[in-house]
Amino acid sequence: MNDSATPSPSVDLSHLRSGSDAAQSMAEEDIALQVKALNLYYGDKRALQDVQMDIASKRVTAFIGPSGCGKSTLLRCFNRMNDLVDGVTIQGKLELHGKNIYDKDVDVATLRRRVGMVFQKPNPFPKSIYENVAYGLRLGGVNKKRVLDETVEWALKGAALWEEVKDRLHENALGLSGGQQQRLVIARAIAVKPEVLLLDEPASALDPISTLKIEELINDLKRDYTIVIVTHNMQQAARVSDYTAFMYLGELIEFGRTDTLFTNPEKKQTEDYITGRYG
Amino acid sequence: MSEMPNLRGQEQHGFKAWWKSGDPWIWITGGGVAISVLLVAGLLLLIAARGLAHFWPAPIVGASYQAPGSSPMPVLAALRSEETVSRARLESAGLPVRGDQQLYDRLLLKVGNRDLYGSDFRYVISDWLTQRSYPEDATVFERLEWGNLIGYLVAVKQQGNVVADGPQAWEVFQERQERANQLRDDIEHLEKVEIGRINYGLEQQRLKQRRLELENALTAERQAEIDARIAELNADYRVLEDELVALYGEINRDSVVVEVVTGEQINVPLAKVVRGYRPNAMGLFGKLRFYGAKVWEFVSEEPREANTEGGIFPAIFGTVMMVLLMSVFVTPFGVVAALYLREYAKQGFVTRTIRVAVNNLAGVPSIVYGVFGLGFFVYFLGGSIDALFYPEALPSPTFGTGGLLWASLTLAILTLPVVIVATEEGLARIPRSIREASLALGATRAETLWRVVLPMSSPAMMTGLILAVARAAGEVAPLMLVGVVKLAPSLPLDGNFPYLHLDRKFMHLGFHIYDVGFQSPNVEAARPLVYATALLLVLVIITLNLFAVRVRNRLREKYRALEH
Repeated sequence: MNDSATPSPSVDLSHLRSGSDAAQSMAEEDIALQVKALNLYYGDKRALQDVQMDIASKRVTAFIGPSGCGKSTLLRCFNRMNDLVDGVTIQGKLELHGKNIYDKDVDVATLRRRVGMVFQKPNPFPKSIYENVAYGLRLGGVNKKRVLDETVEWALKGAALWEEVKDRLHENALGLSGGQQQRLVIARAIAVKPEVLLLDEPASALDPISTLKIEELINDLKRDYTIVIVTHNMQQAARVSDYTAFMYLGELIEFGRTDTLFTNPEKKQTEDYITGRYG
Repeated sequence: MSEMPNLRGQEQHGFKAWWKSGDPWIWITGGGVAISVLLVAGLLLLIAARGLAHFWPAPIVGASYQAPGSSPMPVLAALRSEETVSRARLESAGLPVRGDQQLYDRLLLKVGNRDLYGSDFRYVISDWLTQRSYPEDATVFERLEWGNLIGYLVAVKQQGNVVADGPQAWEVFQERQERANQLRDDIEHLEKVEIGRINYGLEQQRLKQRRLELENALTAERQAEIDARIAELNADYRVLEDELVALYGEINRDSVVVEVVTGEQINVPLAKVVRGYRPNAMGLFGKLRFYGAKVWEFVSEEPREANTEGGIFPAIFGTVMMVLLMSVFVTPFGVVAALYLREYAKQGFVTRTIRVAVNNLAGVPSIVYGVFGLGFFVYFLGGSIDALFYPEALPSPTFGTGGLLWASLTLAILTLPVVIVATEEGLARIPRSIREASLALGATRAETLWRVVLPMSSPAMMTGLILAVARAAGEVAPLMLVGVVKLAPSLPLDGNFPYLHLDRKFMHLGFHIYDVGFQSPNVEAARPLVYATALLLVLVIITLNLFAVRVRNRLREKYRALEH
């Protein structure tokens, strides 16, 4: 996105200093997720190399980096979506509040209910809007209509979609626009009240106005959820995130507060990338 | 340089340019489609025209027929068809053709009166049929036996005494005919339903007794129980029998006297007459009404006279029943197999081999499945079931002979590959993102399968079922080995517990076509029925398919594929 060759980043970081709750360093944060010496192999190929990072609770952490750098792969480790891919082996630990999610006694379905995920392309089920949001609840055994109704409304309001769809909850979700579908998918994810929300390039398939809405939504959601977002778009990372991780070729190059990383990167690679010299 | 690029391409003319333009391909492919459409439309038209024309009342011609060198003979017959034949063919048939005429018009007459003349149909040379007239009072009587009787109504008799003759006879006949038909319906109901129920009950009691005997559990008490039940049924039967005798007395009351063309007078009891009509006196409206009644009879009645008269309802019923049962069997099996192959099995050499094998099964000739069905289902499975559960009926088999269940299962196996392949394709088309969405919400694989994958692939399953129905409904060869018969005494579904009798033999439209067309004693009478039955078979298959297509389209609309 950033094609300019100016050495200073052209992104607006003013908002980052506005929040009084913003901690000044990782040491002051609650830690939700800890990645400890994580290695991931596709067959023989090492896709993640000794990744080590802490994800702060109720903050937005962005992963940036060029295509194929492993940021999506890392994201999919947090809810074990990589389990579905043939030939993947994982070494190291990934702890959710101190519990390694790759332990044998972890129930993957339960983990995924605590760590929700939103994908790059909106992927609503070919069901009604209502049933899409209620899907996770029904899986959890909730069948009381009153509870379902309330939660669906709450989730749709949380995803800033309620006003647009409240009169057509029982119409097919595929009739919504792309941006609406993506917010529906976010509503579906938060309906099961997860602790962590993983967003895999959630706005890359959307137009600028829908993107803006999603970004506003992320800002609202971080009050209640730990959010990890993968994005190609550096302005977006700068706009929405508190912490940013820059990855390159499967390695975590630099990780720190977003304002620091964008204004004063420590590594040459990071600086090159955010100033648009490559990537 | 300011040279303008030339965008017009190389100048070409003639055949090469025409070929390159792609026009020939459009013509060739379009022509292929046109020929296919014409063939299908022509086929349907031919079947429809030949089949449906059969029910139209043919005019009755009265005339004198005189072949050269023989004495004139009076004729009263329905005109069925006309064709032109060569002199040589007539000569070789032994007809005294003389002179130099090369082509003759030949008429096919339905003379009826098989009991008098020995055959229903007769070919005559048009030129030798003289003094033609179409008498309004020439009447056709459709009888239960011996085919049609064509003649003039002389009188109506009651208990042997004339009650009407002359011009009044026709009206009296129609009234009394209606009464006789009503009585016949009553008798049929009594015999088939009421007495059928008692016979079924008696048979059950006999089998019960036999079963207890075999188990050495036939105590005096139980014997008394059975005897009491039998006595009860017999008492019921005696009541019905009296009713029946009374009805027969009623129906045999009337008869008609008919004068045939040779001057003979024949006495026909109305109990044996289905209907009488005067085609020459009918207006267009009357003919249409008659036509409608005949078509309705064809689709709603049971066959008579070795399947050459009456209707084909049991065959329609059997076909539909068998196809429905087959669908019930094949769908779950096919879907489960496809699910395993696509969702659970490791995609390797073995799975690939199995997939190829399944695909090839679709190409195995159907008679092979028939042989398999006979050997495995009928003899092995059916024999075992009889030995285990129905020893009391042996040596007469219950399931150890062809029947509806085995026929449906055989066809289910025959169509299994189609369902598996279609379902697998449907499963493969479901986007990975949808599965991931479900899994990311904490669904297990099984939950994802049930809640998302199966509903979304249901249109593909319906496609498989549609193909299966299309193939199964038209299949005849394997059925001949596993349970189809030319005349089934009772439908596989009736009012006696357990209502659906899977062990019964059944009739089938496809086999009916074969039977009527090739096994019939009365070829000329049967030929139009072959077309009519074929038309009905096509209609049944189209109806079944349209129903399935409708269901599929609704499912498709519901689970419309993602647009990206």
